[in-house]
Amino acid sequence: MKKHILPAIKLTAVTILLFALLYPLAVWMIAQISPNKGKGDILIHHGKKYYSNIGQSFTNDEYFWSRPSAVAYNAAGSGGSNKGPSNEEYLLEVQERIDTFLLKNPAVRKEDIPVDIVTASGSGLDPNISIEAAKVQVKRISKIRAIEEPILEKLIADLTEQPLVGLFGPSKINVLKLNIALDEIQQN
Amino acid sequence: MNTEIIGILAMFLGTLALAIPFGKYIAKVYGKEETLLDPIFNPIEKLCYKLSGINPNKEMNWKEHLVALLTINMIWFVLGMFFLMTQQWLPLNPDGNPNMSADLAFNTTISFVVNCNLQHYSGESGVSYFSQMWLMFLQFVSAGTGLAAAAILFRAFREKATDELGNFYEFLLKSCTRILLPLSLVIASILVFNGTPMTFEGKDQIISLQGDTVEVSTGPVASFVAIKHVGTNGGGFFGANGAHPFENPSYFSNMVEMFGQLIVPLAMIFAFGYFTRKRKFSWMIFGVMTLGFLLLTIPNVTMEMKGNPAISAMGIDNSLGATEGKEIRFGAAATGFWSIVTTVISTGSINSMHDSSMPLSGMNQLIAMMINAFYGGCGVGLLNFFIFIILAVFISGLMVGRTPEFMGKKVEAKEMKIAMIIALLHPFLILVGTALATAFPEQGAATLNNPGFHGFSEILYEYTSSAANNGSGFEGLGDNNLWWNISTGFILILGRFLPIIGPIAIAGLLASKKYIPTGNGTLKTDTGTFGIMVFAVIVIIAALSFFPALTLGPIAEYFSMK
Repeated sequence: MKKHILPAIKLTAVTILLFALLYPLAVWMIAQISPNKGKGDILIHHGKKYYSNIGQSFTNDEYFWSRPSAVAYNAAGSGGSNKGPSNEEYLLEVQERIDTFLLKNPAVRKEDIPVDIVTASGSGLDPNISIEAAKVQVKRISKIRAIEEPILEKLIADLTEQPLVGLFGPSKINVLKLNIALDEIQQN
Repeated sequence: MNTEIIGILAMFLGTLALAIPFGKYIAKVYGKEETLLDPIFNPIEKLCYKLSGINPNKEMNWKEHLVALLTINMIWFVLGMFFLMTQQWLPLNPDGNPNMSADLAFNTTISFVVNCNLQHYSGESGVSYFSQMWLMFLQFVSAGTGLAAAAILFRAFREKATDELGNFYEFLLKSCTRILLPLSLVIASILVFNGTPMTFEGKDQIISLQGDTVEVSTGPVASFVAIKHVGTNGGGFFGANGAHPFENPSYFSNMVEMFGQLIVPLAMIFAFGYFTRKRKFSWMIFGVMTLGFLLLTIPNVTMEMKGNPAISAMGIDNSLGATEGKEIRFGAAATGFWSIVTTVISTGSINSMHDSSMPLSGMNQLIAMMINAFYGGCGVGLLNFFIFIILAVFISGLMVGRTPEFMGKKVEAKEMKIAMIIALLHPFLILVGTALATAFPEQGAATLNNPGFHGFSEILYEYTSSAANNGSGFEGLGDNNLWWNISTGFILILGRFLPIIGPIAIAGLLASKKYIPTGNGTLKTDTGTFGIMVFAVIVIIAALSFFPALTLGPIAEYFSMK
């Protein structure tokens, strides 16, 4: 064992240079030529800075709501509820969210509420909702903002992100981008 | 067909198509044959050997290999304890994160040294960027250690009768530079162009559209996420791991990371065939592993897409599947698929919260780790599978009444004893750990996030993940305390090094034996029949040892929900 200690220490030192210094440095340099210079997808709107792939909390009735979150969309941390599917307490919580949703969206039938809008995501920072979850909020927003429903439906259709190259994965919609567009309709 | 299903097929078949040529490349790397990357890596490696005073041409026998392997791992452990317990005072700590406690540093260091990446901290608040860089270094070398161990096995079955099994340092360094590094560089570059950060600035503060002030954790994420997948490590830069929108920003990044974690374990199977010139044998291994993989994956994807029956009963539209703990950009299908890939190979990175999976999906994740040899982690997957092969050879030998032979070598009492110990070690560690944590409710039950059967599954999952060096968790468990840090820490060490020592000892012993040419009575190990035999051995060992525990956890939960 003794004769292996010194070479092992030296090899460790050399490989630290290689994998913990040069490798991340190389990636950092590549990041500098990427659109956002390795700072995440930044979206500037009216001089305010947002991250388009970090979800935000939308609880006000005049905005499209985002999904429930275990970390309240504070990206200083991240995580899910970690509630098991049979947990009674958890199921009551979901039932409460459904009731609240129906209360705030009286025109919506219960069987039209999609499951994602009443369940929390894994990261607590999900930037997306399903298309159904956006559509089901149209009536409420139309009433509060006095915008006609077809305009909102068109907005959703325009901002819907189709599956990757039309083939892979689900369709979705970015809540932040949707709400920014919503504010802009109002201003015009 | 549904776009979510097509997405899964594309990920699996695409990776498989690339794994075959990549396996050929790996075989060339270990066989010192010419490759395209020689002009870049030959001088770099030469310099590394020179600076470390290593002669890469010095042949080692299996014992020397193990001494070298364990020595260098010990050095990484000592350094790791030091860095994590002093990170507050070291550079690159813009968020001012504190030093780790001794027990947490113990658990974290071991966990990264053994390629497990069980994390009892959250990346945002638990470690500095300096520590992240150090942990990333461990992700390279721990995966390299596993690959090097497999390379020793390769060598043992190429030669007819030999003690010389190559040089450990050469295997280790080449695994890191020529296999892990190029893949990581490519994947990290794709990630930065998809919105994954790569910056050394600290937390950012923003005011949301609605007017809330929130902080956004960031950091040198892309380089870390790439190697965590390529090396089947799985430790998250952030607490939410691969579910975090910075670690895994889109469906495309999800496909790339899936490719990253699956490519090396798949390629190693084919590399074995190319290296030992027994390609039919590696197709047998691939067949058995894929059968097991599909038997776990298909029901899992189906159940996750079907969703939670208890939520269905509330009368809402449940067609998106079990969305609790899942991200909309991946969808239920790709998430279910990921949860099995990450558990059959020992990545343990997650793109959903496994704690919220359907009961029987959770069971499949557990079984995947209990068997730990359907593909398996970087290098070690093959070593685990090798134990099952030896057992199957022995049982088949007994059935036909002949001395068991494998690859022209007699398998005798000594090898069998080692194989049995290693095969039984895994259930022993998992079940004893679970039993102890259950027996002392102030340690076990008090830390649970869910009541009843599911709570038991949380304990079972934590020990299974530790023993399998997987690193994923039913993360509801409050696991940063003395009990969990220390108990899983010891299981991690035993669950890593014994299953490396055992197979290498067997391979070394077999390699030095006289070669017996194939005759009429030789058991053919590259046939479908033998594949079925191996599969049966795996099922019997896993079913017999784990079925009672699974009954108390996920199976009971499943029936309680009807």
